[in-house]
Amino acid sequence: MLDRTDVVYAYDGSFEGLMCCVFESYEQKEIPGAIRAPDVQQSLFDTAKWIESDEHKAERVFRSIPLKISLQAQELVKLGFLTCTPRKELLIYHFLRLGFKYGNKVMTMLTDDTVCTLQKAVRHLTSESQKFKGFVRFSVYGEALVAVIEPKNYVLPLLAPHFCDRFRNEEFMIYDKPHSMALIYQAQKAELITVDQLTLPDVEGTELEYRRLWKQFYKTIAIESRNNPRCRMTLMPKRYWGQMTEFEQ
Amino acid sequence: MNIDIYDKLTILSDSAKYDVACTSSGVDRSGKLGSMGNAAKAGICHSFSADGRCISLLKVLMTNVCIFDCKYCVNRVSNDTVRAGFTPLELAELTINFYRRNYIEGLFLSSGVIQSPNNTVEKMIKTLELLRNVYHFGGYIHVKAIPGADSQLITRLGLLADRMSINIELPSQESLTLLAPNKTKESILRPMGLISTKIQENSTDLVKFRHASKFVPAGQSTQLIVGATPDTDHKILTLTEGLYRKYRLKRVFFSAYIPVAEHSLLPSVNIKPPLLREHRLYQADWLLRFYGFEAKELLDEQHPNFNLQIDPKCNWALNHLEKFPLEINKAPYEMLLRVPGIGVIGAQRILTARRSSAIDFSGLKKMGIVLKRAQYFITCRGKIMEGLKITSDGTMRALMTDQYMLPTPYSEQLSLFNEPFLTREDVQQCLTGQT
Repeated sequence: MLDRTDVVYAYDGSFEGLMCCVFESYEQKEIPGAIRAPDVQQSLFDTAKWIESDEHKAERVFRSIPLKISLQAQELVKLGFLTCTPRKELLIYHFLRLGFKYGNKVMTMLTDDTVCTLQKAVRHLTSESQKFKGFVRFSVYGEALVAVIEPKNYVLPLLAPHFCDRFRNEEFMIYDKPHSMALIYQAQKAELITVDQLTLPDVEGTELEYRRLWKQFYKTIAIESRNNPRCRMTLMPKRYWGQMTEFEQ
Repeated sequence: MNIDIYDKLTILSDSAKYDVACTSSGVDRSGKLGSMGNAAKAGICHSFSADGRCISLLKVLMTNVCIFDCKYCVNRVSNDTVRAGFTPLELAELTINFYRRNYIEGLFLSSGVIQSPNNTVEKMIKTLELLRNVYHFGGYIHVKAIPGADSQLITRLGLLADRMSINIELPSQESLTLLAPNKTKESILRPMGLISTKIQENSTDLVKFRHASKFVPAGQSTQLIVGATPDTDHKILTLTEGLYRKYRLKRVFFSAYIPVAEHSLLPSVNIKPPLLREHRLYQADWLLRFYGFEAKELLDEQHPNFNLQIDPKCNWALNHLEKFPLEINKAPYEMLLRVPGIGVIGAQRILTARRSSAIDFSGLKKMGIVLKRAQYFITCRGKIMEGLKITSDGTMRALMTDQYMLPTPYSEQLSLFNEPFLTREDVQQCLTGQT
């Protein structure tokens, strides 16, 4: 294609918005050099082209992925959007271009930089969310369970099915501090909402007692003569410790 | 004696910690309205203790009172230690409250033998019934079968649990007679056989009656102590292979012997647990389960123990240089798995990637292959890796794996070996394919 590459797209930061960027690029026969979300600072000289989100256009692009590439590719794109990889928009965009060109073969092109980087980013996301299935720590406030997490990727959409299934009869909230998002589950319904700040009351009574029991169990279960802090650090890096009951002072 | 739940938890988790298994894998069960909990096939680790082991389950004993006198065990009757026991209600409450806060994936319940094996099992059944039927707990339960208990009771226990295990602990009858006078090979293998038969019967029942209760759906496992007796790696690994085949065990765990008792028949209390040896056995166990190796390929009567300086797969490759180098773009899956530095995921990625184009060394790197080790055993499009230097020192260092995970005494020990196990000719031979 003869496409221009000096153009910069700006979009509203939503998944639909990104799909519309893909639509625009094919319609205008141009390849954006950058795709900018609202929270990214713009450089001095770029005059970005604003891409308006349009449900209909987004739907057309999204629905074409399984038809022209494959269902797995569609899944990869959806997950890719939840990752914390820098310039994920452009990465997903280039992956889709490759996919529309080569079809499902793109999923086997593991040595291609775009494919390899996107898959790696998604693996980082899924492994982080797998870790959080274990590392999330709830505290009981009245009848409700509340947990705070500090993940790098947007893991809440991946954690939702797991915790909603596990605690069907409970009411709970998992608050993702860095992304200002919360998963709220009550009356058998789950929703993801934006929460800018969360202040929790002090805990007391039974809650404190169970924390004390858990800390004691954590300490006791380690075998002293096998002490191996390095191995622990590899499997559970320190960045997770901040919100875990067993490391609370 | 009146001790509170905090002290009980301390005593009963402290005496349960030598059981290594803490996995919550093997069963997928979704949650139900009106109950709490589910189970994930792959298992979930909820924390890692200071020794680097995964904490997945609340691992405790029902009681540490025991009428048996196994020499290697902290809970033996002749040991002077504080004794305690949970009531079924206390344990159920603790499990539910830990589970609700997402501290754990479920319960791992073992016990000392109080009064008689049957009496002990009845207490455990009571706890599990409380959890499953009163608290409607749908999380994971791993339970120990007590050697010597009636098969009827073992069956009831198995219908409440996800996984059941019986620890063999000592890999031979001679060692058992010496160190665990109350146990015999028969008393361990009989319930193991029973569980294995029940699992098979149950799977046919499930075909016939969709709602038949599941008997230990996550299968059974066992544990062998390493280093308390003179049994060789060869003996242990052959036994392991037999257990996978004959009893269809899901896992065999190894536990480096940690001296907990001074006894003339046991290693001295001052020795360090043989962690590196345990690590090698786990690597070999992995090779049996996922890499298509057989025990006899890894060890034999002439070489009854693993080389501590090199992992079993590398060791095998160095002893079979005639099979290398391997062309990455042509080799079958089974052979890719035998290259040091290529794992199951790596081999699968290679199969996928070569469907679209030929792979070169930089491609392998992108796919996460550990070239540092694999480079000596492979070619890409007929070529060896560019700039590959073969010095016996560098090669050895490259092939010696996983030191980083090992505790310090072992990494020091590693640099002190005096006999090179790999010569320059060996490596050149391997690269050129000359034998």
